[in-house]
Amino acid sequence: MEPQEGLEAQIDYWRGYVARRRAISPADLDELEDHLREQIAERRAGGLDEDESFLVAIKRMGNLDAVSREFAREHSERLWKQLVLLPEHPAAAGVPPWRELAVVLSLAVGAGLALKAGLSWLGGDEVLLRNAGLLVFPFLAAYFAWKRQLSGRLLLALVVPFAALAVVLNAYPFAPEGSTGMLAALHAPVLLWLLAGVAYVGGRWRSDGRRMDFVRFTGELAIYFTLLGLGGGVLIGLTAAVLQLVGLDLEPAMEAWILPFAVPGALVVAAWLVEAKQDVIENIAPVLTRIFTPLTIAMLLAMLVVLTTAGGLLDVDRGLLILMNAVLVLVLCLLLYALSAREPLAPAGIFDVMQLVLLVAALAVDAVMLTAMLARIAEFGSSPNKIAALGLNLLLLVHLLWAARLSAGFLRGRCRFAVLERWQTRYLPVYGLWAALVVFVFPPVFAFA
Amino acid sequence: MRIDKDLVAASATPLVLGILSEGELHGYAIIKKVGELSGGDMQWTDGMLYPLLHRLERLGHLEARWGHSPETGRRRKHYAITPSGREALAERREQWSVVAKALRQVWHNAQLPPAMETGWA
Repeated sequence: MEPQEGLEAQIDYWRGYVARRRAISPADLDELEDHLREQIAERRAGGLDEDESFLVAIKRMGNLDAVSREFAREHSERLWKQLVLLPEHPAAAGVPPWRELAVVLSLAVGAGLALKAGLSWLGGDEVLLRNAGLLVFPFLAAYFAWKRQLSGRLLLALVVPFAALAVVLNAYPFAPEGSTGMLAALHAPVLLWLLAGVAYVGGRWRSDGRRMDFVRFTGELAIYFTLLGLGGGVLIGLTAAVLQLVGLDLEPAMEAWILPFAVPGALVVAAWLVEAKQDVIENIAPVLTRIFTPLTIAMLLAMLVVLTTAGGLLDVDRGLLILMNAVLVLVLCLLLYALSAREPLAPAGIFDVMQLVLLVAALAVDAVMLTAMLARIAEFGSSPNKIAALGLNLLLLVHLLWAARLSAGFLRGRCRFAVLERWQTRYLPVYGLWAALVVFVFPPVFAFA
Repeated sequence: MRIDKDLVAASATPLVLGILSEGELHGYAIIKKVGELSGGDMQWTDGMLYPLLHRLERLGHLEARWGHSPETGRRRKHYAITPSGREALAERREQWSVVAKALRQVWHNAQLPPAMETGWA
């Protein structure tokens, strides 16, 4: 059986070699191996010896770089972090890792310095709140601009909206403690995040696939950021406890120095981690979404029961309405992230049923909220806050309703998963438009109240 | 005879859809069938077939299922055409027949000069 072992060893060696290509999944590899073995068997039957058969079969399989590039083109989600596909010329690929680390660390420190400067020189909490995003965003965008080597035109396309946002947020005569100022501060980060998305996808924001990559990136970033925050929190807590024993209070230093540097720094570092170490999280992401989807359904159902049995929707507190909007946005984020982490070709399964249940539960909550909001507006008249909340609610309603419809169609085998995915990614810019409306148009319309 | 790469690429989708319209097959059998149909003149790079099959699957033209090889029991992926795939095939067929018709006339005209020569001789 010696020669047989030789062939097996060769096939094993080939398998190991192909397996290093990220774009070719283990299932694809099984498929290719089956092909290779059949090709070998046929050559053997035709009279060639093992080595010759193996060589012919390999040759007919084609240039592995070209084949895996073709796989990558078809399954871009498998190597979504490398926006360029496989390097055409290996020699020209990439920069030394230490240089990337240096860039990331200096941008992280830069973001910290910018925020610290803002804290020291910008007067008033409200002004600071409106500018916090503006101070940190350039550093995150700069990382992507450096990483993707953005063109001058694209940079301009990023700088112009950013400048417009900065001007509006600081030049509008917002009334102190006014709601339009608060609304602008809350909606500006949405716009900034979408701008960061344009930088992330290297300007290819029209592509559905790239948009999904950005959704995925956002989810992983949230996970990394949380992990960094938890780790940092433990370290700071331990340090504070030790310092307290010798009579030193860490809190002033904490507020003045540690947090202003740690939070934006962690954001930039988390973005880099997602780019560099995405394999690690990729395995956790589907698990996390599977754990949190049923939990979120339970949460929504509990809320629904409480909201409907509490009676008197008119008396529902305004704070509650805002909170519920936040809950719905969170549900939507979970949904999007779950979709982005899903293998697009897998057939509909129990988890997809669960997602439909989640959608329906969210829709029910949204309907209750809308009724409560409309009742409030009819009773007390409109205000910037109410219109903003109502608008967001309507956007969510349309998004959820259509997603539920497509999701039901997917479960019944009437539409493909890609259609469901496309709806989600195509709808995303609508939120950006709404946020722009709230930031740019609301204040003058409502007299900066 | 070597067939131009672009021509192979352009004809790959209708060939695959057409071959599968007769029944479900796995990748290797599709490649063999292409070889038979072209009398061995059309040789595909084997590895390139699979990304194409996956794309057609994503577009909903094909359906794949994992089965086993009857001889060796190895895991094997079988592809079958869907109604949408049949529609795509019909559409391609129309396009190709237009192209073929136009080409037939071109070949016909192009053969004229030698034919005229023989007429004078």
